[in-house]
Amino acid sequence: MTTLTTSAPENSPTSGVKALIARLSVPNPASVGKQILLPMIGILVFLGFWHLAAPQVNTSLGAFPGPVQVWEQGGQLWQEHVNQRERADKFVTMQEVRNQRLLEKDPSAEVKIRPYPGAPTFLDQVGTSLVTVLAGFVLATVIAVPLGIVFGLNRYFQAAVNPLIQVFKPVSPLAWLPLVTMVVSATYVSDDPMFEKSFLTSMITVTLCSLWPTLINTSVGVAAVNPDLLNVSRVLRLSFWTHVRKVVLPSSVPMIFTGLRVSLGIAWMVLIAAEMLAQSPGLGKFVWDEFQNGSSQSLSRIMVAVLAIGLIGFMLDRIMLLIQKKVAWNE
Amino acid sequence: MSKSHLELTGVEMAFDTPKGSFIALDNVNLKINKGEFVSLIGHSGCGKSTVLNIVAGLLQATKGGCVLNGHEVNSPGPERAVVFQNHALMPWLTVHENVELAVQQVFRKTMSKQERRDWITHNLELVNMAHAANKRPGEISGGMAQRVGIARALAMKPSVLLMDEPFGALDALTRAHLQDSLMEIQQELNNTVIMITHDVDEAVLLSDRIIMMTNGPAATVGEDLHIDLPRPRNRVTLADDPTYVHYRQEVLKFLYEKQRKLETIKPTRASTVEPEQEEAQAARA
Repeated sequence: MTTLTTSAPENSPTSGVKALIARLSVPNPASVGKQILLPMIGILVFLGFWHLAAPQVNTSLGAFPGPVQVWEQGGQLWQEHVNQRERADKFVTMQEVRNQRLLEKDPSAEVKIRPYPGAPTFLDQVGTSLVTVLAGFVLATVIAVPLGIVFGLNRYFQAAVNPLIQVFKPVSPLAWLPLVTMVVSATYVSDDPMFEKSFLTSMITVTLCSLWPTLINTSVGVAAVNPDLLNVSRVLRLSFWTHVRKVVLPSSVPMIFTGLRVSLGIAWMVLIAAEMLAQSPGLGKFVWDEFQNGSSQSLSRIMVAVLAIGLIGFMLDRIMLLIQKKVAWNE
Repeated sequence: MSKSHLELTGVEMAFDTPKGSFIALDNVNLKINKGEFVSLIGHSGCGKSTVLNIVAGLLQATKGGCVLNGHEVNSPGPERAVVFQNHALMPWLTVHENVELAVQQVFRKTMSKQERRDWITHNLELVNMAHAANKRPGEISGGMAQRVGIARALAMKPSVLLMDEPFGALDALTRAHLQDSLMEIQQELNNTVIMITHDVDEAVLLSDRIIMMTNGPAATVGEDLHIDLPRPRNRVTLADDPTYVHYRQEVLKFLYEKQRKLETIKPTRASTVEPEQEEAQAARA
């Protein structure tokens, strides 16, 4: 049989050696050009244009910052973060030393360590934003994927809910925010709150805005399972849960991930807007505070935040892509 | 009561279309004995697949019914395993896992883990695919994937094996290989098989009986031809065999003289003749 003679090539020793040589030798110059050189040229041209154009734009806070000023401010923000950390460490050690002394005098003395009261630095704000966006995104996923499966499996259900999805999908986060704020303030009342209210407000706004792409893609993916595979499932008399787990879900994983990537992108954009408007901690608040501050360095500092937002968004998408490649069967 | 293994009685199949009910099958009667290899042949759109889907339980006849081993068929089940035209393997599972999904479902309670494992390997060996057990469907050729589809169906130990144009999507050489393999397997297992085909040579070479269907709408069994050729059969020596040639002629005559299909080249006439059949196909899709 001709078709059967093609045995697995990775078993032969020669192919292994070839693969090793291919890995060690210099990669194809054309692909190096495409993957490294061209993007580098693009970035350099952009920086040059920015450098030349920025001084021409005059604002009430001075000329628009060029790449050099922004780079300096980046270093400055990093330095502020390092200094703040040192001070915080000192603050804590000081308390520890004092507590030690108190305990030596009187072993039953009540001691506690107060957290450092300094303002959050740029990097702290980045951390807060990342935690908030991931929390909102995870909540959106937990809601959207199961709902999407239900909608995708049941045509009648889908027809009933589709108009609602279409209406809520394009709503801007800024419209949701006041409502979410009021509802959170009214309902989340606790003496010892586990979360900050501002965190909940931003997170829920992120969830509300970012669940739609996942929901729609999941339901489309579930509804588009190959009819032959559905027939296989029927012939095998798979139970409902086995059917969902073994046929429907794996089949729609590529579509679900496409939705998740769009959702995460939206979540990140929405979060910055929400933090700005809600004055909840995070990158959005950093930008707003700098804008209000209006010092000669504010524009550079905002530009640092803009670049950071862009880079983080890009990285989040790349991480999702990596997970998708691990999980999806068609990659 | 007849002693036949599988019996279709007075089967009518009507599809709802926007222009009202469309009768695809009318009064189809068929008796098939245990171990018989039966081919259904007919022009496209004549309802061959509909008959197969009714036996599979994937479709419900609007009148009449299907009885297998004395039990009425009204839902799909693994005792009527189906081999689909485009293999229908789960692309995210390996070859072994695809067969495992079926074996797991059918023999979960009656076989131990080791027995199931051996049974999967046995079936893959039967179709000469054991060497690719850890490959995914996307990594093997269409012919190989179809072998796995057959292995999966055989692994269910079906009372009747249903094949819906199993080799229709393959090139001629691969198809010949698979037909030979199928004949060998059939020699060994002696399954009851219903196969849909539009290939006259395939039908004569493989079958014990060829059921020829009239053109739709309201298609039914036209002729029932018993193929009395000794097994094992060899395609090369049979090519000159007068009996083989005679059977082949019979089928060709039926298809191209008695049931000549009104295929027209002119689009204007085609549109007056075809719409009903197009609708029927849309309804089935």
